[in-house]
Amino acid sequence: MSNAMNPAFHILSADTPLGEAHWLDLDNDADAHSAEIEAIDGITLHFPKFSDGRAFSQAVILRRRGFTGDIRAIGDVLIDQLMQMQRCGFSSAVLRADQDATHGRHLLQHYSSFYQGDIRPTAPRFAQTAA
Amino acid sequence: MYHYTAFDQQFVRARAAQYRDQLERNLAGKLGDDEFRPLRLQNGWYIQRYAPMLRVAVPYGELNSAQLRVLATIARDYDKPNAALLAQAQKTQDKIDQQAGSEPAPRLTTQYGHFTTRQNVQFNWIKLEDSADVMDLLASVNLHGIQTSGNCIRNITSDERAGVAVDEVVDPRPYAEVLRQWSTLHPEFAYLPRKFKIAITGAVEDRAAILWHDVGLRVLSNAQGEVGFQVFVGGGMGRTPVIGTEIRAFLPWNQIINYLEAVVRVYNAWGRRDNMYKARIKILVKAEGQRYIDEVEAEYQRILAAGAQHTIPQTELDRVRACFVAPPVDLVPEAVQRVAEQQLLIQAREDKAFARWLQQNVTSHQNPGLRVATLSFKRLGQAPGDATADQLQTSADLAEAFSAGEVRVNHDQNLVLPWVRVDQLFALWKAASAAGLARANIHLLSDMIACPGGDYCALANARSLPIAAAITERYQDLDELFDLGDIDLHISGCINSCGHHHSGHIGILGVDKDGQEWYQVTLGGSDGSALSGVAKPGKVVGPSFAAAEVVDVIEAVLDVYKDQRTSGEHFARTLERVGMEPFKTAANAARQATARAATV
Repeated sequence: MSNAMNPAFHILSADTPLGEAHWLDLDNDADAHSAEIEAIDGITLHFPKFSDGRAFSQAVILRRRGFTGDIRAIGDVLIDQLMQMQRCGFSSAVLRADQDATHGRHLLQHYSSFYQGDIRPTAPRFAQTAA
Repeated sequence: MYHYTAFDQQFVRARAAQYRDQLERNLAGKLGDDEFRPLRLQNGWYIQRYAPMLRVAVPYGELNSAQLRVLATIARDYDKPNAALLAQAQKTQDKIDQQAGSEPAPRLTTQYGHFTTRQNVQFNWIKLEDSADVMDLLASVNLHGIQTSGNCIRNITSDERAGVAVDEVVDPRPYAEVLRQWSTLHPEFAYLPRKFKIAITGAVEDRAAILWHDVGLRVLSNAQGEVGFQVFVGGGMGRTPVIGTEIRAFLPWNQIINYLEAVVRVYNAWGRRDNMYKARIKILVKAEGQRYIDEVEAEYQRILAAGAQHTIPQTELDRVRACFVAPPVDLVPEAVQRVAEQQLLIQAREDKAFARWLQQNVTSHQNPGLRVATLSFKRLGQAPGDATADQLQTSADLAEAFSAGEVRVNHDQNLVLPWVRVDQLFALWKAASAAGLARANIHLLSDMIACPGGDYCALANARSLPIAAAITERYQDLDELFDLGDIDLHISGCINSCGHHHSGHIGILGVDKDGQEWYQVTLGGSDGSALSGVAKPGKVVGPSFAAAEVVDVIEAVLDVYKDQRTSGEHFARTLERVGMEPFKTAANAARQATARAATV
């Protein structure tokens, strides 16, 4: 059941190129409500330190605006934050060089479901049971 | 109490398993200490002065007896350092005692739990290698340390008398539980600029210090009989004490998650991350004022427009509320009640100690056949809020025998028994007295709040416990304590304010100058309870005092009170009426060492 709810989430190694697509690099201080996202294929969001959580909210806002392209986490990206990234609407993450991608994939499967709704999209648990 | 569903139970176990994986990677060198730090913090594991500290979450303060027994087991079997570590730690602490002007400190203790002002339970000596086993043990009774530390939404606190208070408008516990579930492992809000604390009350009197919280909630009922929340934001202690600002006078109850999502999302985006002392939401609310409030409103509207998926269904509220059903009003038949009340009068007349306990430690209940009784963890020889393994075990026994198996950890670091039959009060008093938990000092001077301070905490600038012990020792006489009446004395070992010194009628703050311990005294603070009125920070009486002067300063301040009070007037009220000056003068006249030094 948990896999069915998870759209593809790509764990990428540090040297993954961005490729030919049109990317928007959104600064942590940028307002995700007003960022120009038409004709953009992917958006990179930053983790200057893994403990700086601004990009989580930016991803949520961008998905709520209907952005369907790739949202990629870059910077100080640790495997222990992948689950949170995925639930906030990131679709890919470039791991810090020392991270163990295999264990990261394993950690994504740790919980079968959560209380809150999220952007994947999953309804809050109370909405699932109340229906 | 809330009944954990199969989902809730497996969730807590999954969290314990996740922590075990993190710990094992850390111990194997695969997860660096810096990266492990926020992960262990969000499970309640600090690294303190001499050993790790575990903070166990007690959602809105409610514990059942099985949970208390597991806490007792943890105290007995895990809360003990090896002999070498303890000896080394004691030696280091003893050195502080040799400084001039220091108060002789009680010795370090082990194998105990500590009740905190945010209704949690802490342990100070568990080895990190044992931490995953302890989490499994906690999970066996649905306990955990989820989000008791770290820059995330912390354990939600509430009124110690939620669901039983006579002045209650709406029982806040079902809402607290729904919010607990929502905030648990919230993916977007695990790395906020700083910690985020929510308190909720549903009574007329604020016993949860809601205005001192990042978000304070008051559940109420409007003129149409609809239930909703008065929402305050941006309260907090620390270096800059701030009282929360009302941001919504009435928010329909089913919108509370959608609205809090907006409050926290704007904070996550706008809160300062360059300076941890300016990162709390109180600083943002002060700096941005209406602009912050407008943005929260705009974000809330966007959430509504996007479908407001966290609108709480009535069915969910009903499901959770069904866990908190009170016993029938006629649980104790009226005839039995009347006889019991007569009996109590006689027993109180015959035994002064019992009379005092009834007066100070017992209060009325929504159910006329029941009472709310408080076990005092404020007594000579033990730090405020400390409970040994045996005392935790005894508390579980008392809860089972006298309080439907339930206790509440309260803001004042005691245990409240919320379901005591009126015809069992005398038996409870006897049993609690035998266990040393019936000291009739609730709300009196010796019922002080104190943090663990420099004896255990790595952040502390000074020790709290020697000061607490010295004051407890000086004020042992119950006649004197009763004469002084209800007084909130709050002691913090540093400006982080875990001992809530800002909100004490008398506040004591430990400060460090030139490697020595000094204490700043404040007067006139309020946590927001009826006794001292609207929440406000106290005012400093003058330069810091040496440790050995503090008790004399307190005595001098109380002498002014005794001199100036009108009949039946409480300390806080006298202070407000006559003003700071006479108290300040008396406090400063009590200086000895600091008068000589005159440079501090």
